[in-house]
Amino acid sequence: MNIEDIRSILGAKYLVGEEWKDREVHTACGSDMMSDVLAFMKDQSVLLTGLCNLQVIRTCEMMDIICIVFVRGKLPDEAMIEMAKEKGIAVLSTGHRMFAACGMLYENGLRGGPDYK
Amino acid sequence: MSNMIHMSYEVPPGDFTRAGEASSNLKSSLKKMGVNPEIVRKVAIAMYEGEINMVIHATGGKIDVVVSPEEIEMVLKDQGPGIANIELAMQAGYSTAPDNIRNLGFGAGMGLPNMKKYSDEFKIESTVGVGTTVTMKVKME
Repeated sequence: MNIEDIRSILGAKYLVGEEWKDREVHTACGSDMMSDVLAFMKDQSVLLTGLCNLQVIRTCEMMDIICIVFVRGKLPDEAMIEMAKEKGIAVLSTGHRMFAACGMLYENGLRGGPDYK
Repeated sequence: MSNMIHMSYEVPPGDFTRAGEASSNLKSSLKKMGVNPEIVRKVAIAMYEGEINMVIHATGGKIDVVVSPEEIEMVLKDQGPGIANIELAMQAGYSTAPDNIRNLGFGAGMGLPNMKKYSDEFKIESTVGVGTTVTMKVKME
């Protein structure tokens, strides 16, 4: 699955990084708690979140997460958009809620990481 | 000794929005040095959790990093309130962070366990009323 597939499945729109739409995504993580996100380390992941502040972008930067999907129609502010651009992280926004958005991606074959140990 | 690189970062107090700048700067420096991306990520995550802690619980602090061919060492030092019970603080899920921090996506009680998880050596020393020093090492192999 690539970033464009995620956009299409979730009926989302690009806020940053339409030019990176062909990048492959291997795993996903859905959380509003950034420390939980930081406990999970996987390559080429997408993060689904309803949290909308600068630390979301920072967390993704540290984790090398390549795409963020804001659920429930959340929209990042200008500072977040700028930081995502600078760090090369694609940003999408969808009207779906967290549970539905994760379910739709799972149904289409995207999986999470291993259990936390 | 000549192939050791020292870096030092100030973490400003109180500014939660800006927290993470030191970790971000370290991450770019390590990438430029050509350090293995997997190692860079471990270092970045461990330091970022520490940096967030320094802003949430203390009044910022100072981070010293030494990069050698064998390992990357990070020493995070603050003059915050200190930790009364380190064993308890190390438990996954235990947190003393206030609700406003939880609303910002932190304070899940995963910070210290994550720092330990991503480092090969982890040491925490703390004195109530004096401050906390965390030393982490990540091996280069």
